[in-house]
Amino acid sequence: MNNGEKNRLKDSIFKYIGIFACFIGLFLLAIFIGNILYDGFNRIDWSFLTSLPSRKAEKAGILTAWSGSLWIVIFTFIIAVPIGISAGVYLEEYSRKNKLSTILEINISNLAGVPSIIYGLLGLEIFVRLSKMGSSVLAGSFTLALLVLPIIIVATREALKAVPSTIRAASYGLGATKWQTTWYQVLPAASGGILTGVILAISRAVGETAPLIVVGALAYVPFTPKGPMDEFTVLPIQIFNWISRPQHEFAINAAAAIIILLFITFTMNGIAVYFRNKWQKKINW
Amino acid sequence: MKYKLEAKNIDVFYGDLKALNNINIGIMENAVTALIGPSGCGKSTFLRLFNRMNDYIDSFKLNGEIFIDNKNIYDKSILVDELRKNVGMVFQKPNPFPKSIFENVAYGLKIQGIKDKEFIKTRVKDALQQAALWDEVKDDLNKSALALSGGQQQRVCIARALAVEPSIILMDEPTSALDPIATAKVEKLIHTLKEKYTIIIVTHNMQQAGRISDYTAFFYMGDLIECDKTDTIFTNPKMERTENYITGRFG
Repeated sequence: MNNGEKNRLKDSIFKYIGIFACFIGLFLLAIFIGNILYDGFNRIDWSFLTSLPSRKAEKAGILTAWSGSLWIVIFTFIIAVPIGISAGVYLEEYSRKNKLSTILEINISNLAGVPSIIYGLLGLEIFVRLSKMGSSVLAGSFTLALLVLPIIIVATREALKAVPSTIRAASYGLGATKWQTTWYQVLPAASGGILTGVILAISRAVGETAPLIVVGALAYVPFTPKGPMDEFTVLPIQIFNWISRPQHEFAINAAAAIIILLFITFTMNGIAVYFRNKWQKKINW
Repeated sequence: MKYKLEAKNIDVFYGDLKALNNINIGIMENAVTALIGPSGCGKSTFLRLFNRMNDYIDSFKLNGEIFIDNKNIYDKSILVDELRKNVGMVFQKPNPFPKSIFENVAYGLKIQGIKDKEFIKTRVKDALQQAALWDEVKDDLNKSALALSGGQQQRVCIARALAVEPSIILMDEPTSALDPIATAKVEKLIHTLKEKYTIIIVTHNMQQAGRISDYTAFFYMGDLIECDKTDTIFTNPKMERTENYITGRFG
């Protein structure tokens, strides 16, 4: 074998390693989804979505779980999005490069890497106990809002960075203030990227379990929450609860609930991708 | 002799780097003044002093005074946003906002809080006419400005600056990203605009400076070498360095 042949062989070997690396994750996910669909798809019907939890597997439903998830997501959104975007705008547009801003930046990246269980403990101490919210929807939402804040801040900053500085110069040159420039020009131009980050953050919040368990979400709640101070459960906790029971029927329920959960997250990610592509096409600098 | 703009004993530093060195110059009203010189000579930095666009650079430091209509624009009492309504700017690369033509030109009025729709419409039309663009775009004012050609985009940017009715327009190599035909249009436009406005233009193109300007200032390595009537600079410069640059022997 001469050198040229060796090089070409190496090239094709790496190509196959690459293909393997790309497809192994997808392949395993496909097996998992196939398995879940096989187990749970037939269990999904109207009454499964609208029934309260029950000791009898065939009567049990996920009404409290998905409505709890919905409450949590809405409040997490209301809390995290304005704070996250404001922080991102401040760091990118307003703050000068100095020690304080460097420390802020490093810590925000650090926050993104903190294990979610730690956020749960933080939430338990600050929101459930010190703020006396109890194990309520609000306490859970505040905890998850903390968890997804770094995602929103980082996405906002990346989106703002992608807006050409010539746009800012043009706006300042006409006598616009920093706020007018940000509000009328920079934020609209960055909205696609920010929205993508927001949706990814929210779909992360939908799937989180550990911090909510620590905050005190219950596995069995016989009522849907009527307000932000009510106790709650969420889909992932309901799934965990059913999986841990010995009866096979509950495993089928869990599979069905997993399908619903995956459907929600995939839909949200799909929306995020759609908006990203739409905005990228629209603005050709 | 009445100067519209005057720079007195200007030194500019970027950190430790001295970008401009003791510049003194007066700029005439309703005339076109060209700033020429090799890259990095400080002419763009000098231009941006007049609408305080250098303020955004963290390491920027200025000594000296800049007067517009006998007022020092670096005085503490000056509001930068008010200053920029009087001193418009056109940039090197056309930089329209990713919005409609109409919104681009109306933006300067919108941020002043003007709500009167008829008034805005009239101003937009006026500005586009002055920028010699009205006839080309009057039927699709709602089209995105980014869909226009480079030359048209640059004229949108000029119209945008004119709409707030400044008295001075700064142009930073406004034709360097344009083809010759679009360049000719913009040059013709500059020629007509000087009746109403005082124009300062930075250019790399010596022929352009010769064609459009009444006065020319030659910068070299942060120094102002010479400033005079354009005819004099091009036919009979006092300094040898100016002559060498203009005849293409260096730079």
